[in-house]
This record gives sequence, C-alpha cells and structure tokens, in this order.
Amino acid sequence: MNKAMLDLWVGFFVAIGLAALLFLAVKVGTMSSLSNADTYVLQARFDNIGGLKVRSPVKSAGVVVGRVSDIRFDPENYVALVSMQVDDRYQFPKDTSATINTQGLLGEQYVGFDPGGDTQMLKPGDSIRLTQSAVVLEKLISQFLFNKAAEEPATTKK
Amino acid sequence: MPSEPLIQLKDVSFSYGPRPILQGINMTIPRGKVVAIMGISGGGKTTTLRLIGGQLRPTRGEVRVAGHSVPDLDAPGLYALRRRMGMLFQFGALFTDMSVFDNVAFPLREHADLSETLVRDLVTMKLNAVGLRGAHAMMPSELSGGMARRVALARAIALDPMLVMYDEPFAGLDPIALSVVGRLIRTLNDALGASSIIVTHDVHESLKIVDYVYIVAEGRIVAEGTAEDIRGSAAPYVHQFVWGERDGPVPFQYPSAPYREQILREPSRAH
Amino acid sequence: MLTKLAAGLRLLGRSVTDRLWRLGFASRFLLATLLYSGMALRRFGLTIREIYFTGVLSLIIILVSGLFVGMVLGLQGYDTLQRFGSASALGTLVALSLVRELGPVVAALLFASRAGSAITAEIGLMKATEQLSAMEMMAVNPIARVVAPRFWAGVVSMPLLAALFSAMGIFGGYLVGVQLIGVDDGIFWSQMRSSVDFGDDIVNGVIKSAVFGVIVSWIAVFEGYDCEPTAEGVSGATTRTVVTSSLAILAADFMLTAFMFRGA
Repeated sequence: MNKAMLDLWVGFFVAIGLAALLFLAVKVGTMSSLSNADTYVLQARFDNIGGLKVRSPVKSAGVVVGRVSDIRFDPENYVALVSMQVDDRYQFPKDTSATINTQGLLGEQYVGFDPGGDTQMLKPGDSIRLTQSAVVLEKLISQFLFNKAAEEPATTKK
Repeated sequence: MPSEPLIQLKDVSFSYGPRPILQGINMTIPRGKVVAIMGISGGGKTTTLRLIGGQLRPTRGEVRVAGHSVPDLDAPGLYALRRRMGMLFQFGALFTDMSVFDNVAFPLREHADLSETLVRDLVTMKLNAVGLRGAHAMMPSELSGGMARRVALARAIALDPMLVMYDEPFAGLDPIALSVVGRLIRTLNDALGASSIIVTHDVHESLKIVDYVYIVAEGRIVAEGTAEDIRGSAAPYVHQFVWGERDGPVPFQYPSAPYREQILREPSRAH
Repeated sequence: MLTKLAAGLRLLGRSVTDRLWRLGFASRFLLATLLYSGMALRRFGLTIREIYFTGVLSLIIILVSGLFVGMVLGLQGYDTLQRFGSASALGTLVALSLVRELGPVVAALLFASRAGSAITAEIGLMKATEQLSAMEMMAVNPIARVVAPRFWAGVVSMPLLAALFSAMGIFGGYLVGVQLIGVDDGIFWSQMRSSVDFGDDIVNGVIKSAVFGVIVSWIAVFEGYDCEPTAEGVSGATTRTVVTSSLAILAADFMLTAFMFRGA
C-alpha cells in the first residue's frame, strides 16, 4: 500500500468518523443551548415536587421555554425551592402560576407556566408566588379508596 | 589514540539470576580486524555481543568500546555509541512490514536528516555492495535466507559503522549463500575500515575470513589465537570443536545418572 | 490438611503478587509510552499509518455490527414498547441505548478483538524475530518508534469507531422502526431529539469510548511488548489481550456509568 493511498483511506476514515459525531450531535441530540448565557433564572417554591428532576423541562402552552437548573430543600419553610433557567426571549407576567404536571399518566414530570394578566413582567431572580404541587399518584389513589370506603356504609344503609 | 584497541573486555562476568553465563572473560578487539567468537550453542557468545552493544550490563568487570565504558553510559550516550555500531541478527531481523529499500533506508531516515534523493543514492550504494540492487522493491517475505542476510548486512552498514557485529551470520544458509556472506563480511570490513565481531559456530567458513579467534565454553575463554593457531591447536576442546568430533571434552551424553541404573529403576520413579 | 491449606494460600498469595507486579510493570510501560510519544506526534505519518491498520481496517466490522445491533434494537424495542402503548419512544430507546452504552462498549469489544489482537500479534512477532532488538541496536527506541504510534492510533480511532457504530445503529433502528414497522418518521426523530441530550448523553458516550480506546490500546501494546518471544508466547499474548481488554472494558464501563449517569 503506498503512502498516498494510505493517507486517503485514513482521511476518509477520520472524515466519516467526524461526520458520525456531527450526526449524533445535531440530528440525534439537542445541544443544551438553554444553558448558555441567554437565559434568566426564576424561582418557585412547591410543597411537593414529586418526580421533578434537574434538567426537567419548563413548558408554557406546551412549548419548552426553559429547564430546571436546581432543586433544593428550603429548611425554613419546609418546601422545595426550584430554580429554573428560562429562555431570554420569553417574558412572563408577575402573576404567572407554576404547576408541576405529568406528561401522560406515568410520564416525566415538568413545570408548566400559566401566564396571568399582569402588566408587569417577572425579572431575573424573581420568585413565582402562585404554585401548585405535583399530583402524587399514590395519594390520589388512597384518597379515592378512602372516599369509596366512606361512601360504602352510606349505600348499605339505604 | 590509534594504539588503543576498539573493544576491551576485562574480567567480565555476567549471570542471569543465579545462573552464571560468563565468568571472567578477557577479550581485545583491535581496529580493522575481523574477530570470531566461537563455541557451542548456549556458551555465552551472544551474551558477549549484547554486553558490547549495551543491551545487557555485566555483573562484574569492564566493557570498553571506543574509549567509553559501556555499562556507565546513560541512554543518550549509549544511543550515540550504537549509531556507530551495526549489528546483523541471527536471521536478519528485517522489518517485515517494509520493503528491502525501506529496511536499508531505516537507519538513515531515523538518524540522518537527509534528502530523499541522498537516501536513495546511499541505499542503492549499500544494496549494490551486497549485490542486491535489483531487489530493492521486494518484501522480506519474498527473499531467500541468504538474500535476507545480505539485506540485513546492507542495513547494518548503512551508517558506515566503526564496528559491525554478526550474530550467527551463517546459520541456516546453503553452501553458496554461506560463502557469499562470508566473503562479504571480509570485503565490507576492509572497504569500510571497520572492525567486525562474528559470533558463530560455523568453524570452517569463519576460519577462512577471520584474523583472530576466541573460543568460549561454559562462560570462559578456552582458547584464542589466529586461524592458523586454532587449526593446528592440540588442545582437546579446540580439536573436538574444530574437527567436529562426536565425543571429547564436550561429552555426547548430557550429564545423567548411569545408564544401567536409570534403565533398571522402577518405572514409577523414572520421569 | 494444614499443609494443603498453606500451599493453597501460598498459591493465592503468589498469583496476587504476580498480578500486582505485572500491573505495576504495565503502568510503568504506559508511562514510558506517553513519555516517548514525541516521535509519534512529531512524525505523524507513523501514527497515520497505524490508524489505517487499527481504524480503517476495523471499519467494516464496526459498520456492519452497528447496523445489525440497531436493527435488533428496533425490533425488540418496538415489541416491548408497543405493549405499553409507547411505540413513539422507539427513537429515544434506540438512540439512548446506543449512544450511552452499546456504541462505546460493543465497538470497544469489537475493536479489542479486531485491532487489539492484531497490535499484540504484530509487536509480539517483531519481538520474537528480534526486530525490536535490531531497532534498539540501531539506536532507535522501539517504544517511541513501534509502540507509541500504535497506542495513539488506537486512542484516536476508538471514539470515531464508536460514533460510527452508534450512528449506524440509529440508522438500523430507523430502518426497522420507521421503514419496516411503520413508526411515524417525524415522531421517531423528534422524540429522540427531545430526550437525548448532547452534554449528558453524547459527550459522555464519547468520553467512555475514549477511555476504552486508552485501555484497549494500552493492554494491546503491553501484551505484545511483554510477550514471550516464541510462537506460543505470541499466541498466548494475543488471547490475553482480547480477554483482559474485554473484562477491563466492562468493568470500566460500570464505573464510568456509575459516575456519569448517577441520579440524572
């Protein structure tokens, strides 16, 4: 094998290898572009975050507008303090409410923003006042069973 | 100091762990001469070459090459010294993934920053010297044993060394290749003005070309002298070695228990 | 009884110390390889040549295996996912398993048996035929001239091969999932894109494959350089390269995975 041929093959190999990496980066994965400088931080306190995780999406009207950047426990108020990085392009009114929703019945959990009607916008670092915690399925089920059980005697009396 | 011999071994001993290979060897190799180190296989001949080349360190004694004490050289010093040595390995040790041309060009390309045209000229000259100019494009696997040996010889002399060492240059060659290689060793040595050491057990071919002979057995030098001295020696070991006698100081039987005793022993104990 | 026990313990102790000694020797060898890498990088032609032998010649096996692994993932993944009514997550399943695990690991295992064994056999044969000694006598350091270029070629080739394996596997999953079974084209890709993260999944996969590349190349050159210079020695060393690197890859994979994807 002469040198020119060898160089050609190795060049070909490296080129398609890099192309495969590029394919993985662009076509298969999403660059975490939201982690760049063009975001601002909002905070929200929840009584219960359920299965929410760091990097879970933040959505408004179903569109991803940011990601959860940090979750910690607030030892003073005994609630969860969730920090979110929100895309700079989107502003939300001060009375926006944050809800922890579930995608499908058992799917991933995400933070949903419901914008209110305030004319003033949330500024970077602000906290969202109106929050609604995650629906914990087990609680829901036990509540349902409990209600059923409470209803039972009433029906039998009749 | 032209009077100083090229290589001097003074009282050199070497052992692999507890097993002694060389015991108190004294050897002098003058400039411009072809010297043979002979002896039966496993007698420490190749070890002597490796000591001179600095691949091994003696456990005791002094190895001096061209005024340097080889065991005391650091890695750059040793490499600098090795550039002035050529070595022909037992079966040539050609680089199997390179053509004949690239094999001979290897030391030139590694050590001398020469232009490709100059390399080509030098390689062609060396290949011409061993009579294989026409084989430059062949791969080592296509060469016969004798040709491979000659290519390796061309490679060993590529940098015009002051010393060429041959490790069993005649092993496994047909009679024609044998005498070709033998002649080459002599003519190249004289043409280059180098010194040569031949490690071999091929007595007759080497006696034809060498100036001086050391015979090594069991780690010691048992005889030395010119080719004539050796041929005419009456010492029993030398006589047996030179004339290839079956029995003598080197016994036919490997040291063992007496035959009778071993054969009559119970089979369970005989391993 | 007691003497037998003592003998057994002695045997165990010896095998442990032997192994530790060998590991220490291998570490020093790696250090020397890195130290003498100057030539492999300065005369890059040497390394390019070895990339041809380790990388280019491994292409076929990597591409074909990747395609088939991806196709199997497509079939099996669809079969499992559709029971839960989430066949739309097929793209995610195929991409995540390939990019995080199967790509780096299977490519490294194939690389060890294709290129690693070849490197060991080649260096071992060079040793057995005194080519390494000859080089040393020509004042050329065999670690710099022979070992380091092969080592770096392996390190460079491995991540590229793993990426090719993953890409080919995703294509295979796409062929089976979308073209054959009929999962929606758009959903396949968009689900994949929304749940495969560049930093967490792809970069970590590349890091994994780079680590595997170092491990396999290291073991391969060491086994070759350290082998008994005989025919049996070379064949034994070749086998050891494949066995040791496979075990090392899987063990390292566990550790890397534990570090990278912990809790995420």
